[in-house]
Amino acid sequence: MYICVEDVSVNYQQGGSTFEALKNVSLSIERGEFICLLGPSGCGKSTLLNLLAGFEKPARGRVFIGERQVTAPSPKYLTIFQNYGLFPWRSVLHNVELGLEAKKMNRKERRQQALKYLDMVGLVQAKDKKPCQLSGGMQQRVAIARALAAEPEILFMDEPFGALDAITRMKLQDDILRICKDGGKTIVFVTHDIEEAVFLADRIVVMEANPGSVQGIVKVEMPHERDRTSDDFIVIRDKVFAMMHLKKEKEVEYYI
Amino acid sequence: MRIKLGKKVWCTAVSLLVLLAVWEAAVLIGSFPEVLFPSPISVWNAFWQLWTDGLPGSSSRVVLGVHILVSLKRFAAGYVGSVVTAVAAGLLLGWFFRVFSYINPIVQLVRPIAPVAWMPFIVLWFGIGDAPAVAIIFLAGFFPGLLSTVAAVEHMEPVYRKVARNFGLSQAQTLYKVVFPAAFPQIMNSLRLALGTAWIFLVSGEMVGAQSGLGFLIMDAKNCLRSDALLATMITIGVIGLLLDWGIRRLEKFVL
Repeated sequence: MYICVEDVSVNYQQGGSTFEALKNVSLSIERGEFICLLGPSGCGKSTLLNLLAGFEKPARGRVFIGERQVTAPSPKYLTIFQNYGLFPWRSVLHNVELGLEAKKMNRKERRQQALKYLDMVGLVQAKDKKPCQLSGGMQQRVAIARALAAEPEILFMDEPFGALDAITRMKLQDDILRICKDGGKTIVFVTHDIEEAVFLADRIVVMEANPGSVQGIVKVEMPHERDRTSDDFIVIRDKVFAMMHLKKEKEVEYYI
Repeated sequence: MRIKLGKKVWCTAVSLLVLLAVWEAAVLIGSFPEVLFPSPISVWNAFWQLWTDGLPGSSSRVVLGVHILVSLKRFAAGYVGSVVTAVAAGLLLGWFFRVFSYINPIVQLVRPIAPVAWMPFIVLWFGIGDAPAVAIIFLAGFFPGLLSTVAAVEHMEPVYRKVARNFGLSQAQTLYKVVFPAAFPQIMNSLRLALGTAWIFLVSGEMVGAQSGLGFLIMDAKNCLRSDALLATMITIGVIGLLLDWGIRRLEKFVL
């Protein structure tokens, strides 16, 4: 067990009432796994991710990564945000260098490292541009390069492709698998897109709202490169649909 | 909407010419005493006299150019001082918001007191000469600068804070690398507005106790019953204010 979520609960005060964002959620994630947290809005998937990343503390329960309890964010476990979180006043290259500035590296080494990861996402030619001059997909790739350059152990991704169009989203899904999986990183990916979860994940954690909890876990035992239109893909997708009560049961009457 | 430069120049020239024509006409047609309502020509002559010879009958017989330089010197000291203090304090108070909630009531109490009302104390504490003018300019620029910097920090994109925490930046690094650049456009805007207010207050500051400068020249011209020189000085003050505003706009464009 690498990441261990022990019976956590998170409550928010809204007006006079308490909203249970997460209730008694337990989960364990192995090193090197690609986990998707899948569910509709309000099911607590982003809250759970925040707990894992250390941005929030649970009201009850504990989160462990390795042997240590998570109490604060750490550069070893980096988050990729839906709105990229790039600094508009910095150039693309300077943005990627951010994670390296907290480490003891001289200017030349920082630049080299940043360029290496920028090359990995295919954006070296944009290194002197400002983020506002890039498309959404390119900006997210810069954010990914920024995270990778700091060489974290875990990547948390909070609906990273939510703001992009469907075609760019599919291209970036391919990129994520190629870049991140190859490095042996553990990835926790939040999404509400079922196809995306089936395409990317080793295991899909299906969550439901009111209160936020885990409905079930679907194991996806397909090798990568996965074909989005293959039969295996559709079988797994069906399983997820069924778990989320999205499949309509047709009643058929037989006359014999 | 960007009005073409040519058109802007044309509009300004036309409106100024019309104003001058109406002014001259009013003087010729009406029979106002010269003292109450000087004509454009006499103001122009007074301007030249001030520029080359100073004010006859004055206690300080220096030329207009010297007065301008003295005023600008005081203005620079007071304005730069207020900007640096306001921005530094604003960044810290905006970041350590709990501290600010204790300081804010005092700020709101002191802010509405007109800088001119401070004059008796300022003269008692610092004497006459440069100090009153510099102090008034400082007060005029400080509070707007402080409050808008605090607001800018407050309204910074929340994701920047998360990114800074995640990548392990220290508080000092976060303030310097993230908070200040993020807040800068808003800060710059309020500094431009503060520039205008501070220049206006310069004149009132120099009217009390100074022995040189444009504000002093106003009092001097009044004492010598030279309303043409008075109007010439007022127009000079207005033109310099315009040039300062134009200057800071250029600076803003260059930096941002």
